[in-house]
Amino acid sequence: MDTVKLKINNIEVEAPKTATILEAARLVGIEIPTLCYMRNINAIGACRICVVEVKGARSLIAACVYPVSEGMEVFTNTGAVIRARKNTLELILSNHRMDCLTCLRNQNCELQKLASDFGIQEVRFHTDNMHPQIEDSSLHLVRDNSKCILCRRCVAVCKNSQSVAVIGPNDRGFETHISCAFDRNLDETACVSCGQCITVCPTGALTEKDDTEHVWAALADPKKHVVVGVAPSIRVTLGEAFKMHIGSNVQGKMVAALRRIGFDGVFDVDVTADLTIMEEGAEFLKRLESGHDLPLITSCSPGWIRFCEQYYPEFIPNLSTCKSPQQMFGAMMKTYYAKKMNLDPADIFTVGIMPCTAKKFEIRREDQQAVPGLYDIDVALTTRELARMISRTGMYFPHLPDEEFDPAFGISTGAGVIFGASGGVMEAALRTVTELVTGQPLSSLDFMEVRGMEGIKAASFVLNGRTVRAAVASGLSNCRRLLDRIKSGEASYDIVEMMACPGGCINGGGQPIQPAVVRNFVSLRERRAATIYEQDKHMPLRKSHENPLVKRLYDEVMDGKPGSHNAHKWLHTTYRARPKYPTSTNG
Amino acid sequence: MPNTKTVVPFTGTAEQEQRLMDVIARHKGQSGATMPVLQEAQAIYGYLPEEVQIKVAEGLGISLSEVYGIASFYTQFSLNPKGQIEVNVCLGTACYVKGAGEILARIERKLGCKAGAVTPDGKFSVDATRCIGACGLAPVIVVDGDVYGRLVPDDVDAILDKYL
Repeated sequence: MDTVKLKINNIEVEAPKTATILEAARLVGIEIPTLCYMRNINAIGACRICVVEVKGARSLIAACVYPVSEGMEVFTNTGAVIRARKNTLELILSNHRMDCLTCLRNQNCELQKLASDFGIQEVRFHTDNMHPQIEDSSLHLVRDNSKCILCRRCVAVCKNSQSVAVIGPNDRGFETHISCAFDRNLDETACVSCGQCITVCPTGALTEKDDTEHVWAALADPKKHVVVGVAPSIRVTLGEAFKMHIGSNVQGKMVAALRRIGFDGVFDVDVTADLTIMEEGAEFLKRLESGHDLPLITSCSPGWIRFCEQYYPEFIPNLSTCKSPQQMFGAMMKTYYAKKMNLDPADIFTVGIMPCTAKKFEIRREDQQAVPGLYDIDVALTTRELARMISRTGMYFPHLPDEEFDPAFGISTGAGVIFGASGGVMEAALRTVTELVTGQPLSSLDFMEVRGMEGIKAASFVLNGRTVRAAVASGLSNCRRLLDRIKSGEASYDIVEMMACPGGCINGGGQPIQPAVVRNFVSLRERRAATIYEQDKHMPLRKSHENPLVKRLYDEVMDGKPGSHNAHKWLHTTYRARPKYPTSTNG
Repeated sequence: MPNTKTVVPFTGTAEQEQRLMDVIARHKGQSGATMPVLQEAQAIYGYLPEEVQIKVAEGLGISLSEVYGIASFYTQFSLNPKGQIEVNVCLGTACYVKGAGEILARIERKLGCKAGAVTPDGKFSVDATRCIGACGLAPVIVVDGDVYGRLVPDDVDAILDKYL
C-alpha cells in the first residue's frame, strides 16, 4: 500500500496515502472529535468540530475529509483549535433544545458528550425559546427537530445505504430542517421503517417510538399471561447497552433479566426461525419443482418486505409467503401454546424483542392474525427498549446469573441463531433443504460463501444433480441492485435472501446505539456476527429439521408436515403493492 | 401533515405534461440535470406543485425528497402559482429596518395567505422580495405593479381593499 509520512502533534506517523487526517491521527492514538462524520455513512466536513491546524494552511482544516500528504504537520489541540471547536459547540447548542434529563438519549448523546468534554458550562448565544417539534405519525419513529443539529447522517444513510431517500434538508439558511418532501409526515411517504436513521443520529432528534409502557401495563394486569420471545441477534447486542464489550453473548443474563421483569414465559424466537426454515424450505422445493415464481425471496425482514411492496411490487409473487419468525412465534403462542396451557388466547399478551423498528409496523399489518381478531404479536420492542426496561427494574445486568429459556418454547438450533446475520437464513435453509432432498447428512454445515460482510453474495450448490443458484443481499441499496440485475436478466437465481439492514439483524435499526467515535474504527457488524457464528458452532443441534420442538409442533397441531392446512393458516401471510407516493393522485 | 405548501388544486393539462416529459427526456442522464429541469418545469406550469415534482423525480430517477430540497432552497422556485394580483413586499435592508416585517405580517393576516403562497381563490399571491431599489420610499410594497411607499401597518387594509 502506498503510504506517506507526516507529523501529528510532533509525532511521526506513516499512514496510507488515502487516509484522512482523522484516520492517521487514530494510528498514533490521537482522538479527534467528530459530529457530522460517521465512517461509511457520512463524510461532508460540515459541522467543523473536527477542525485541526495544518502548518502552512490559511485556515483550520476539517480532519474527517482532508487527506494526508507527505511531510504534512498537523496540530490537533492548539488554542485556536480548541477555541474554534468550543465556539462551534456553543453555536450548535444555542439552537438545540437541551432537555437532557428527559431525553431518551441522555448519557448516550454525542453532542452531550462533546459539551462535557469541552467543558461548555454556558452558552453565550441565545435563540428563541425552543419548543418540541414532534413528528410521530409513523408506528416506529419519533422525530424532534428541536434537537436536530443538521449533521445529515440520517439523510445519508436513508439515501446511500437504503436507497429510500424519503428525508432531506428542506428550505434554506436558518429555516433549514430535515423532513420529508413538502414537509409531509413520514407515514405519508414510502419510508420502510428500517430505523437506520435512528442508529446514526448523534442526538435525541430521532428515536424509536417507545412502547414499553404497554408492556408494563400488561405485566401489571393479573388477567394477562405475558410471554416474551427474543430474536436471534439480541443476545449478541444487548450487553452493549450496559457498557459490555461489543459482541458479548449475553443470552443467559438476558433470559434472567426477562424472568425478573416478570414475564410469564421467556421464549426463544430461534424456535420459530427453525419453523420458518421448515416452511420456507418446503415452499422452495415446491417452487423449484414447478419452476414457478423463482427466485424465491425470503420474507423475514419487514423493512425489506415494505421496500418490495412499495418499490418493486413486480417481485411480490417471488416473496416467500412465510410470516417472519416473530409473527410465527406469536401465532404459535396464541394457538398451540394457548391450547397446551389451557389459556384463552385473548388473555395471552405476546411481546417480541427485536433488533428492528420495522417490526412495529409488521405487527399491525393485515393478515397477521392466526386467531382472528387477535394480533399475533401485541407489542414489538427494540433491543434499546428492552435495555430501558431492565435499567428501570434496578438490576445490575452484567452481574445477573445465566439462565435458560423456558423449556416449553426454548429448544433451538444453530440454524435459528444465525438468522441474526446476513446470509444466515440462506445458510440455515441450505442445511435443511440439502439434507431433506439428498437424505444424507452434510459433511460440513458451514456454507462460508454466504457469510461475510459483503453487500451482495452469490454462490451455487448442487442439489441432487441440480445446480441451485443462491444470492444474499443486505442493505436496501444492495437489495435494489440485486433486483435490478434479476429484472434485466443479467443474473438469475433460484433462492435469494434479502435483509433491509446492512449486515442483517445484528446491525438492525433497533440495536443499541454506538457513537461515531466507536463506529469510525470498529465494525459493529463484524464483531456481532462473529459471536453469532461462534454460538452456532457450539450448539448441540445446528439444523432446523432436527429441532425436537419443531417436530413436536408439527406432530401435535400441524398434521405432521410443513405446508399443511394449519401451517398455512397460522404461519403464512399475504402481501400487496403499496404506493410509492401514498398521497399523490398521479404517483 | 397534509401538504400545506401548495394551497390550490393541480390543474395541469395533457399538453403541459407532454412538454415536461420532453424536457426530462432532453436532460435525462446528465449530471446536474435537476436545476434546468425544474426551471423549465416552472416555465411550463408557472410553479412547482407536488404532482410536477413527482414527475421530475421519477423522470430523472432521483427521490422526491431531493427534488423538493432543491425547490425549497432556491427562491426562484415557487410552490404556488402567482395570483391574478401579485403583492410584493420589499424586505431589503432599508425597508426591513423601517418595519417591512410588520407590513408583511399585516398583509398575510389580511389575505389569510403566507409569503410564497396564493389565496385559495387564486386572486392574490404574496411574496417577500429583495431590495427593489426604492429605498427612499421605505418601506415599500408593490401591488399589481403599483408602488406604495412610506407605509405603516395601518395603511395595508385600505390599499388591499382597492383590489378586492
